[in-house]
Amino acid sequence: MNWVADNLGLIFDLTLVHLRQSIIPIVLGFVLSLPLGWVAWRFRLVRGPIIVLTGLLYTIPSLALLILLPSVAGYSARSEANLVIALTIYAVAILVRAVSDGLDSVDDDVRQAATATGFAAWRRFWAVEFPLAGPVILAGLRVTAVSTISLATVGILIGVTNLGYLFTNGLDRRIIAEVFAGIIAVVVIALVIDLILLLLGRALMPWTRAASKPAAARALAVGAPA
Amino acid sequence: MNLFAEAFAWMLAPEQWTGNYALPKLLAEHLALTAISVLIAAVIAVPIGWLIGHTGKGREIAVAVSGAARAIPAFGLMILLVLLLGVLRIPEAAVITFVLLAIPSLLAGAYTGLEAIDRRIIDAAKAMGMTSWQVFWKVEVRLGLPLLVGGIRSALLQVIATVTIAAYVNLGGLGWPIIQGIPLQKFDQVLAGAILVAALALVVDLLLAAAQHAAVPAGLRTGSAPKRRERARSQASATATATA
Repeated sequence: MNWVADNLGLIFDLTLVHLRQSIIPIVLGFVLSLPLGWVAWRFRLVRGPIIVLTGLLYTIPSLALLILLPSVAGYSARSEANLVIALTIYAVAILVRAVSDGLDSVDDDVRQAATATGFAAWRRFWAVEFPLAGPVILAGLRVTAVSTISLATVGILIGVTNLGYLFTNGLDRRIIAEVFAGIIAVVVIALVIDLILLLLGRALMPWTRAASKPAAARALAVGAPA
Repeated sequence: MNLFAEAFAWMLAPEQWTGNYALPKLLAEHLALTAISVLIAAVIAVPIGWLIGHTGKGREIAVAVSGAARAIPAFGLMILLVLLLGVLRIPEAAVITFVLLAIPSLLAGAYTGLEAIDRRIIDAAKAMGMTSWQVFWKVEVRLGLPLLVGGIRSALLQVIATVTIAAYVNLGGLGWPIIQGIPLQKFDQVLAGAILVAALALVVDLLLAAAQHAAVPAGLRTGSAPKRRERARSQASATATATA
């Protein structure tokens, strides 16, 4: 473990870079998925195509996506932007489904009651539907966050430096401690972000504390991309 | 799209069809590694998942383990195992990584399949005099099959994606043209590899989607299912259908 003690600065710097490269896609993915998920939920006709298209994008292995996207769109594969765009696409793929499922989980009687009480569509969405869909969306967001942080390490293979550097460098120099430190750092920041989201959810949706189990369990069954 | 033309030209060149790194050989390696790993993982995870689903016990542990496993970067785990087991045992190290990667999806597919079954069906089966074993084998396993196939589908896709990365430790597979080509700046080769990997994943996904459809017992497929059941099923399949 001498290596870790000697390289705490490096690990810390890479962790910050890694956080930047994963938090941007998580936030972007969330912001993009809200309207997309709502459209998929509201208009049955486009629901199939949206779910199928995002599902197909999610099916493409990360290394292939990191090569294909820049080839199609004509930007450099070796840029941080490339990694961020690919991770955002994966995030959208998980979250569109979570948003649409979340809105599905809102009881129709509640929706009608809100309309009868005088809520117009826009206000009903933000004041009634979105909060009630919250637990399912949050569960999807937590899965997205953890898998994005873990997946970002693949960036090193296209030359984008982050905590994945500790894996390739550790293999080249045969330093087990370096690889191990990389894995631990990734797992720790994934769990910390997950915990923050969990606590944020509890603070924003205090009514879910007793009833959040099924939603959370459901999202946990969704797999992570590699 | 000149780049794509070059990639396809690279694929069709005779050099890519002979020798140690011939495309058919790389594809065969990719498929073999994927199949072996998912098979081993299934032998471990499916009985445990069924046990959890049948008894309703140990679910929390399975959920916690699967959740924590998602945080572990597969690429890092593989390199760690390669270093720990030594360069002579790279295939073993890789297969262990893929097995660990596939287990959570398979476990979830197995137990959510049994959990999603309407309790009244189980009660009806018991009321008809079925033993616990008969309820399990004749009712629960059959009705849980579509979700189990969904779990197999996501496990396969995750492993296919990770085998691509495994080319980094000289394991071959379709990731090899990508990993070898990047430092050499052979972009036709890199893009060709990416196209082939993506195509493989999409084909496997479509095949398993068809298998998932076929796994629904005939009695549940005919006629129009009541809306409630349909919704429950689509929600349940969302649980297990995940991809890499």
